[in-house]
Amino acid sequence: MNTFSIKNVLKKNVMTIALIVIYVFFTIMTGGNMFTPSNVTSLIEQNAYVFILGVGMLMCMLTGGNIDLSVGSFVCFMGAIAGVLSVIKHVNTPLTLILVVVVGVIYGAILGFLIAYLRIPPWIATLAGYLAFRGLGTQILISVSDTSAISNFPPELLGIFSGRIFESAWGTLNIPCIVLGVIGAAAVVYINISTRANKVKKGYQADPLGFVIGKSVLEVAVILILAYQLAMDGGIPVVLIWIIAVLVIYGIITEKTTIGRHFMTVGGNAETARLSGINNKLVMFCAYLNMAVLTVLASLIVTARFGSANSFAGQNFEMDAIAACIVGGVSAYGGSGTVMGMVIGAALIGVINQGMSLMSIDQDWIKIVKGAVLLAAVVFDILSKKGNKRQ
Amino acid sequence: MAKVLLEMKSITKTFPGVKALDNVNLQVEEGEIHALVGENGAGKSTLMNVLSGIYPYGTYEGDIVYDGEVCEFHNIKDSEKKGIVIIHQELALIPYMTIGENMFLGNEQGSKWCIDWNKTYAEADKYLEMVGLEDSSKTLIKDIGTGKQQLVEIAKALAKHAKLLILDEPTSSLNETDSRALLDLMKKLKSEGMTMIIISHKLNEVSYVADKITVVRDGSTIETMDAKTEDISESRIIKGMVGREITDRFPKRHDVPIGDIMMEVRNWTVYHPEFAERKVVDDVSINVRAGEVVGIYGLMGAGRTELAMSIFGRSYGIGISGTLILRGEHVVLKSPKQAIAAGLAYVTEDRKGNGLVLTNSIKTNTTLANLNAISKGSFIDKDKEYLVAEDYVQKLKTKTPSVEQLVGNLSGGNQQKVLLAKWMFADPDVLILDEPTRGIDVGAKYEIYCIINDLAKAGKSVIVISSELPEVIGMSDRIYIMNQAKIVGEMKASEATQENIMACIVKSGSEA
Repeated sequence: MNTFSIKNVLKKNVMTIALIVIYVFFTIMTGGNMFTPSNVTSLIEQNAYVFILGVGMLMCMLTGGNIDLSVGSFVCFMGAIAGVLSVIKHVNTPLTLILVVVVGVIYGAILGFLIAYLRIPPWIATLAGYLAFRGLGTQILISVSDTSAISNFPPELLGIFSGRIFESAWGTLNIPCIVLGVIGAAAVVYINISTRANKVKKGYQADPLGFVIGKSVLEVAVILILAYQLAMDGGIPVVLIWIIAVLVIYGIITEKTTIGRHFMTVGGNAETARLSGINNKLVMFCAYLNMAVLTVLASLIVTARFGSANSFAGQNFEMDAIAACIVGGVSAYGGSGTVMGMVIGAALIGVINQGMSLMSIDQDWIKIVKGAVLLAAVVFDILSKKGNKRQ
Repeated sequence: MAKVLLEMKSITKTFPGVKALDNVNLQVEEGEIHALVGENGAGKSTLMNVLSGIYPYGTYEGDIVYDGEVCEFHNIKDSEKKGIVIIHQELALIPYMTIGENMFLGNEQGSKWCIDWNKTYAEADKYLEMVGLEDSSKTLIKDIGTGKQQLVEIAKALAKHAKLLILDEPTSSLNETDSRALLDLMKKLKSEGMTMIIISHKLNEVSYVADKITVVRDGSTIETMDAKTEDISESRIIKGMVGREITDRFPKRHDVPIGDIMMEVRNWTVYHPEFAERKVVDDVSINVRAGEVVGIYGLMGAGRTELAMSIFGRSYGIGISGTLILRGEHVVLKSPKQAIAAGLAYVTEDRKGNGLVLTNSIKTNTTLANLNAISKGSFIDKDKEYLVAEDYVQKLKTKTPSVEQLVGNLSGGNQQKVLLAKWMFADPDVLILDEPTRGIDVGAKYEIYCIINDLAKAGKSVIVISSELPEVIGMSDRIYIMNQAKIVGEMKASEATQENIMACIVKSGSEA
């Protein structure tokens, strides 16, 4: 039977625990510097793109371990397009946004068609985009600007993807932020308790009450601490709203909808999926269309954060997204993986990045550590699965 | 009395929580064919894995005495050095390599650094001749049929200088002709002094080939029968396997009214998807009525699966022509999705390959073909899903701790039940069951037959495709016989015997 034990809880949440331990470790090693409001904010802002692209990559990987190598270059390309439209051609902001999304949809549709219907292996089809969009983006930027970068974006465009909501001065307590934090914490508690109550009522196996309370206390603490930190640094970053929105929407899609189930099934066994009436090609098509649209969002977020579009934007973003998924326990063969897992994976890498940077450790060493963490996560995953099988 | 070649004494093997083998004793004499029979999960394969060193010395208790000495095998290489070679159920040949390359894989001929290809192929041809395979050793594996591939496996074993050959379900993927050829080859090898252990579910084959039969049940050896002195009929073996006598292997259907024609296929022709000029289904016309169980008997490769899959939303083949009439109306089904919506279900013969998602739970597999029934809009009602899965587990008596169990962890019979549950939940009018009892044990077979009867009772039309004659005759109301892409006969089950069905096939073969 599905027994509840401390060991199982630890085993299931090993990445979350690793994240907390590593965060505390870096907080100590940096003399508390890691835990200051401004560093908490910058952790979110710096890694925003990983969460957004990680979600898109998760959807691709679910369909059978497929990846998209073109996202980093496409971020650069879309930044250039947005810059040309908004800054050079003075297209108004709503129309700029519509146009960039349209470009994203067109690319996604072409890519999806090549992969799903012409059956070109994803890594080859997207390798082409990886090469071409970097070149295209750079050429566009060079042709319109001497510095091969476009800045001076209109503030209303930047405001949609960067800055704070209800901004207050640094060091003062931002009231709306605290209020939203409390509402968020209350919502989490309500969801935890009502989920358990529902299970108990219907006689399903439910976690012990003590565990649910403990889990809720921990989650409330994290949310309130985060809210306080953000409140002391001027308020909630706009990107956090985008991140939460994307995570919640895709969390629901993957966990609760038939569409999510179709993605998992195609990755689990494509032939079974086909004979069960699932349109495999459409699923693959959607995965890559979706990836391109999310890449547009990531591109706008990155452009807004720097206030400029430049030719080296988005470098290695595809690798960051893939790494977040892998560390977060998404199967490299498809068929299993969760949004929450990916989030933990992305946060883990983000924390390592920031912590080591704050300790002034050389970039090369950071890369070595990240590589080791990636490998360790996969090895751990495989070993723990082997252990389960033997029982 | 011949010399005892192998003796396994008091073998006990425990996995965490389960005693897979409990004090097992097995004696094999030199030059005999010894059959191991038992239900799935009884411990036959575990025993052979102990013998061949897959479970190394030290992980089990008891002794293996081989050729007069106690052996401590730490891996397969150790046992192969002694001449114990195991041929697994799933063929382990590499399709894009030649027969010769496959035969000497890991045992390459020539010097340490350089393979001597002339020697490889010469040696290979020598062993191929011994097993009676006429193809050149330079043929690619993918270009020969499974029957010949099985012969290559045996040749490969001979090339390793095998003295004791273990064959795990050697005929499970072969048709009757190839099976017979293989069994005859075993007899020939025996006459040349080879000792063999065969694991098989096909009891008629066991009776045909074995000198001794050891029955394994629940991790223990129950009895050993000697063909020379005892009755080794199928019913006698079954009695030993299940611990009771199954008087009726096929449950009877009582008073099931047979209604109107539910589905009819006329002049159905299908071409091979890769070899576009090859007809795999040739002008086939069949029908099935409500409440009726129709059997389609044919040897493997006769076109049965191709027929079923092409009807099921054209999921196989190209250039499909013919008419499909469902409930009296012409329909055109272009995808499995449309076929499911029209009330068809195809329960595949290959449950692991294209029937189930092994890494998913029983729950998600059960609802897969009819997700809409448990969803509001796009949102899955997980409570409902749980209840549906639970309901089918109870109805079909699937053995599992919970519906959250991964299907990959279930035994073959229970996997088959989940597969049936999946398609029953899709609520079809016509179910096409392709080899519904392949590779599952006698007890589970009986339960599957009961489910088929229940479906017929509920007014469904059931088509059972099978290459087991007793099954087709025992379960069907009416039987179609298929051979070489064509329907070559149709008869009522009451008139059918194994002899006149085989006669149909032989007759059609001689006409062609």
